[in-house]
Amino acid sequence: MISVKGITKLYGDKKVVDDVSLSIAKGKITSLIGPNGAGKSTVLSMITRLLDNDSGEVLLEGDNIFTQPNTDLAKKISILKQSNHLELKITVRELIAFGRYPYSKGRLTKEDNALIDEAINYMELEQFEDRYIDELSGGQRQRAYIAMTIAQDTEYIFLDEPLNNLDMKHSVQIMQILRRLVRERNKTIIIVIHDINFASCYSDNIVALKDGEVAISGTKNEVIKKDILEEIYEMEINIECIMGHQICIYFDEHADATVDDFVKEQAQI
Amino acid sequence: MLKDHKNRLLLVLSIVTVIVIVFYMLFQIDFDILFYQLPSRGRRILSIVIVGVAIAVSTVIFQTIVKNRILTPSIMGLDSVYVFIQTSIVFIAGVSSPFLLNAHFNYFLSLGLLTLFTLFVFRYLFKLTKSNVFILLLIGIILGTFFGNLSTFMQQLISPDDFLVLQNTLFASFNVVNEDLMLLTAIILIIMLIIVLKDFHSLDVLALGRDGAINLGVNYDRKVSQLLVIVAILVSVSTALVGPIMFLGLLVVNIAHELFKTYKHIYLIIGTSLISIIALVVGQMIVQFVFQNSVEISVIINLVGGVYFIYLMLRRGRE
Repeated sequence: MISVKGITKLYGDKKVVDDVSLSIAKGKITSLIGPNGAGKSTVLSMITRLLDNDSGEVLLEGDNIFTQPNTDLAKKISILKQSNHLELKITVRELIAFGRYPYSKGRLTKEDNALIDEAINYMELEQFEDRYIDELSGGQRQRAYIAMTIAQDTEYIFLDEPLNNLDMKHSVQIMQILRRLVRERNKTIIIVIHDINFASCYSDNIVALKDGEVAISGTKNEVIKKDILEEIYEMEINIECIMGHQICIYFDEHADATVDDFVKEQAQI
Repeated sequence: MLKDHKNRLLLVLSIVTVIVIVFYMLFQIDFDILFYQLPSRGRRILSIVIVGVAIAVSTVIFQTIVKNRILTPSIMGLDSVYVFIQTSIVFIAGVSSPFLLNAHFNYFLSLGLLTLFTLFVFRYLFKLTKSNVFILLLIGIILGTFFGNLSTFMQQLISPDDFLVLQNTLFASFNVVNEDLMLLTAIILIIMLIIVLKDFHSLDVLALGRDGAINLGVNYDRKVSQLLVIVAILVSVSTALVGPIMFLGLLVVNIAHELFKTYKHIYLIIGTSLISIIALVVGQMIVQFVFQNSVEISVIINLVGGVYFIYLMLRRGRE
């Protein structure tokens, strides 16, 4: 279990993350949601030691992450940031092989290669394995990155907006893979996600942040509620149960009217 | 298959390197002065190898850290600082000063000041600009222009005779290289190479960027500061030994990237070193055999490298 105790991050005088405490249950998908600027990515970076915290601590199975050797930590938690486009001439297979670095330090053993093959199969990347990653589409590239974290074989997997720039089909594909990882390999996955309906349909627990603080944290049924979400996002949100899922409907009822007004205005000008 | 291709490429480059070196050693050899000519050419080859490898390795590492293929330590203003140091010596102490005439004094003074400057630029400015490449490049150009102008100002004030003496030290040249210093530079280079190559896999990981490297368990900040110190020392020793060759690093690293199309540093480091040696030996041949030593090697390398630099900028602009 990962428990986060009162972490705070200051940029200058501004508290972007203010006294955030939460615990992450094993074998579940936990989504971090919240409006832009709520501090989701910052929290994720602090939990995964990419960013120093100004106060508070992050405990992994009871031990502070900053006191553990980097290599050990890399075998327990992996973090994938928003698909940062690499200017490297690197093939899919070579990228995935990086996942084995904490274990083999670059000298790949037979076992490493077997695990790399397995990750490639798992993500169905066989036909792309010798392609350069800058030749892939967004969805394929995201799968290659996730394959790298699969090869890294950590219990905890953190993903920062894994659905960024993906269409519906690929988003669903990625989320199904994450569910499969939890189901078949008992991984613990923590994602930052913007689409509230993806969070509602695919995660077990949800942590909602607002203005750098935890607004609410609980199972998805505890969080996906009209009054709670309306307060967090400061807009009208209706929730309907469709095919067993709580679906948020947040389209403005007056959308048509405003378009009409806009057209009228334009006509007058 | 891909791996074979890269190994073959390394083999070809090695053969070409040997051929150009042998060609240089034996071209128009005069048997009457064989015992003068061979050692003299041999010394030049040795200093070319030292400088070539130092520039190649430092530029490859530097570009991995800044994640950019156009920035090099020289372009960050290091060469102008070297010119500034030499000009200041003449301006303040005069041409007969031991700091200019005594090769040892001059080497250690230049080495010390250049390393200090480089560390300042890397450590302080990297933090300040949060490694923003464009701001770094801008600051590099401003620093370069600043020190360049100060140098020009002082050069206007010194006597024309002093200026001629000074000018000789400002162009990189492999013709007169002090043997002791060559040995010292070689030792420093070998120590640095051992440190770098012992852990070359971590360079591959650094190319993933800070987040990617930390995720894989590399202590990024410590590793990067260690490597920047190595880069600073390598660039400074080679500049202090023969003088500045601004565009050499840029030229050879980019050719290596074009040829090898890889992120693997073992290929990049060896490949760039070989290309660097080839470029310098060919440059030296042109200087010595075609122009009869009437131009300096840095002029030729900078001409080719500068044109290539413009080509890279234009291509980047189009992309």
